[in-house]
Parts: sequence; structure tokens; C-alpha cells
Amino acid sequence: MGIRERLSGNEAIAYAMKQIDPDVMGAFPITPSTEIPQYFSSYVDNGEVNTEFIAVESEHSALSTCIGAQAAGARAVSATSSCGLIYMAEMLYVAASNRLPITLAVSCRALSGPININNDHSDAMSVRDCGWLMLFAETNQEAYDNYLQAMRIGEAVGLPIMICQDGFITSHAIENIELVEDDKVKAFVGEYTPQHTLLKNPMAVGPYATPVYYIESKRQQAQAMIDAKRVVRAVADEFARMTGRQYDLLESYRMEDAERAIVIMGSSAGTAKQAVDELRELGEKVGLIKIRCFRPFPAEELAQALRNTLAFGVMDKADSFNAHCGPIYAETAAALYAQGVGAPKGISYIYGLGGRDVRVESIKRVFSDLEEISRTGETGETYRYLDVRE
Amino acid sequence: MKNEMIEIRWHGRGGQGAKTAALLLADAAFHTGKFVQGFPEYGPERMGAPITAYNRISERRCTVHSNIYEPDYVVVVDETLLSCVEVTAGLKPEGAIIINSGKTPQALRELLKGYTGRVCTIDAGRISEEELGKNFPNTPMLAAVVKVSGIVEPDAFVTNMEQSFRHKFAAKPQVVEGNLHALRRGMEEVRVG
Repeated sequence: MGIRERLSGNEAIAYAMKQIDPDVMGAFPITPSTEIPQYFSSYVDNGEVNTEFIAVESEHSALSTCIGAQAAGARAVSATSSCGLIYMAEMLYVAASNRLPITLAVSCRALSGPININNDHSDAMSVRDCGWLMLFAETNQEAYDNYLQAMRIGEAVGLPIMICQDGFITSHAIENIELVEDDKVKAFVGEYTPQHTLLKNPMAVGPYATPVYYIESKRQQAQAMIDAKRVVRAVADEFARMTGRQYDLLESYRMEDAERAIVIMGSSAGTAKQAVDELRELGEKVGLIKIRCFRPFPAEELAQALRNTLAFGVMDKADSFNAHCGPIYAETAAALYAQGVGAPKGISYIYGLGGRDVRVESIKRVFSDLEEISRTGETGETYRYLDVRE
Repeated sequence: MKNEMIEIRWHGRGGQGAKTAALLLADAAFHTGKFVQGFPEYGPERMGAPITAYNRISERRCTVHSNIYEPDYVVVVDETLLSCVEVTAGLKPEGAIIINSGKTPQALRELLKGYTGRVCTIDAGRISEEELGKNFPNTPMLAAVVKVSGIVEPDAFVTNMEQSFRHKFAAKPQVVEGNLHALRRGMEEVRVG
């Protein structure tokens, strides 16, 4: 039985870091993730961890610090948000292509402009193709649990991993949480023993690759991401044996016999579950699919989960500005096409940008749209903004 | 299991501690075995700007992560907000509004746009000045909220708060006593109209 506590999402991540005691933290603050290095620095100061805490002058340098440390054979961590994450973008690619399993906590926040400190997924979505593994949390508990699983996943496949949660909505909200005992965390996460390190065997990290080698290097990176699906599940199963909390690539919620479904990621999944429960009470056949693992993308699983629906909405807390759909919708549609699933009618919803509050009623409006579409067979505009004044 | 959820909205000004008070209330309810949410709504962050914070307290985990629009209780930490923020918006008539003020509930009711539920006042600023020598209205406010709402059983609340004060102010026992007095007076002196 774990330890009953109440923590914010940021506190939970900092606590997980403390339990893991990584070798190096590269830190530069940005709202709403600032509390993570702030809390962690007090653990460092109190001597509760042995981590080398390296305060730097920018996010670019924070990640560069992690890259250097991880290449030397250390476990390196950082935390960021919003503009900080995209300022890291150049180095995000370097970390992934050098196959350095760094762990980065992201408290997701909108990007400028207009300047906004509140939650959406614009930051994470803008770096989705950098080659990082990406897990998203609905709650503080999931943020903590995902963090405890992160290093096992990243180190097994040799890829860096982002543990994302929603800025303010979970990062700054105190909620109940069940913590895992320190000794169990230590045993679960284990020691990091990299195959190759700068310090043990001198090697070149990040050398030039001519056209003769570059694409092979990328193909291996792609294979690591493909292999990661199995690893994410295997680590989740082992975590479930320790805690009783079972995770997967996706969470299907009341999808049995569902005719209408939404696909959603992050904290609003919880709000949407309440909407599903209330509509189920009225006899409506509705359900939801929450994406926990966004990279690798659970394409087959998502297509199978949606295959028997009449209509579905994909909720994106970021726009791709491609004049037709949000990023998760694009991947969902591609997954369905690849699996030969063509019957369900899909709508792309852009919602919750810049902290626009997402209410149970908001999600009910989506289900109401889907009801009309499944009844009439008419989709109308498939690219929609939810709860927007026009 | 029944899940009677209580939802509370706090109104204050940046720097006055409304967010902290919401987190303290979440703590108090957590210690009596409840599931809690305590969270602020961040707008432009600056001292003195109106801010809002929220609590959900329930027997089972609440999965909803939106703000609260139909609260059972509203707490106003700064009474000057009554004239510029619609503090009773969505407030349930069977609930109550609790205002930090030296005025009577009757005197404040006319500012509340026809709210028909209970109007409660507590002079938390004065209690704090007298017991702690400074204007830290959180402790008596919190006590008044517990008394009016019954979210936490009062004796258990006092016991839990005493433990947390003794932990927090281990080096300053006189502050512990002052806070405990402020807590008891908050519960005794809240006026319900």
C-alpha cells in the first residue's frame, strides 16, 4: 500500500525526482514548471539527493547540460514549459539522435502570442517530431506515475522522454495522490548502466554524418520508436504489479458499445469522463479514448478502438494552422486509413487554447454535435473551434 | 458510496493569501480522509488584482478539472471586491457567502444582488491583528468557512490545525498560541445572517 498524500503536479514530479536521485539536473525556470527545479533545489540544498544541480542561463543550455551529462554516462533531468521548450528545440533533436535517454518534465503552456501563461498543448505539439518519447498525464497521480516509469522506458530503447502534464490545471492544483515508498522506487527504476559512455570508452558523440550514413542513423532512431511501444506496455505492467495502477498506451473509458467517442489527452480527459458518465446515465452510447502515450503514437490501438463508432471527435489543445485539422486528428485519421477503417465520421476540435476553461458542458456540446452527425450522416465543417466567440 | 461534493470559490486580491487559504482548506479536509482539489485561477499576476481560487471536497476522487461555476460556498477575503466582482454568480441559495468584514450580514446583503442564501461575516482582519499583531486573515477566515460549511468536523479541524501550526512554527511557540486563538475566535465570532 502506498503513501496517502496531497500534492500538486509540480510537487509530485519534484518528489519523484527526489526518490530517483538522478545524477544531474540542468535547470532554467519558466512558468508553470518553475516549481519543479525550485522544490528540487531545496532537496539538493538539504542534502536529500546527490544530484549535481546546474543552474544555467537558458533552456537551450539546460538541455545542452543534460546532453553532456547523459553522454558521459549520467542520468540527467530537466523541466520546462512553453517558450522554454521550443527554445530547446535544436537540442531536443540532438538528444534524440544521439540516443541519450534524458528525462524532461513539461508543464504544458501556450506559446506566444498573445503572451499567455496558461495551459494548452502548443508547446509539446510543436516539438512532437523531435524524436522524443512523450507521455501525457490526466492527473497529478499520472504525472508522478509516468515519471517513475520514464527512465525505464527511455533507457531501454535509448531515447529521451518527455513527461507532460497540463500547466496550472494539474501542475498547480493540490489533489490526493498515492506515493510509492522510496525503496520500491529505487528498486523499480534501478541503476543506469549505459552501453556506451564518453567516460568509459572514448567515442564521438554527435559527429558529422554524410549522406552515406545519415539516413541509416535515422532509420535506427525510427526503429527505437517502434520498439518503444512494447517497452511502454511492459514497464506499465511491471508498475501495475508494484502499485495496482495499470497503464497502457491508451485508456478506453466506457467504450464498450459506444457509438460516439472523443479522443482526448491531458487533464480535460477527466472532465470529459464526467460528461460521458452523465450522458451514459441518460442512455447515450458515448465513450472516450485518452491518449497516454503520444510518442510512439498508438496508431493500431486507436484505430481498433474507434472502428465500431459512428462518429468521433478528436480534441486538440493546439492548432496545426494547416487550415484543416489539429495534430492529433491528423494522426488519428492516418491511423484509421492505414487500418482500413473508413466508416466512422470524424471531426477535429481545437479547444482549451491559452487556458480557456474546458467544462463538462463543453464536452457535452461535442457529443451533441456527434449525435447529430451520426443521426443525419452529414458531417458539415470537420474543422471546428470549441467554445469560441465568433 | 455517495459522493456529496462541496464546491467553494474564493475571491481575493493578489498577495492577500486567498490561494493559500484554499490550499489550507484542502489540507484540513485531506486530513479528515476526504478527496480534495485546491487550485488557483491565474490571470494577470500582480499584487492587488482580483484573483480566484477553488476547492472541491468529496468522498471519491473528482475527475473534473474545470473552474467552479455553481459553488456551494463563496468566500470573499477582501470586501472591496463586492462592488467590482460578481461574487455571488452561480452561488447556490442553500449555500452561503462568507465575507471578511467588520460589518453585519444585513449591511452587506444589499450589495449582493438579491442573493437569498445565508450571508456570513467575520472580522478576520481585526481578529488577526489582535491575536497575531498583523493582518493575516487566513486563519480566522478558514475557521469561519469550516464552521459555516461543516466540511470538516470542527473538533477534528482544530486538532489538525494545531498539529500543523506546531509543525510549521516549531521555533515560535507564541505564534502557535496566537493562531489557535485566531482559529477558535473565527469559529465563535462568525455572524450568520
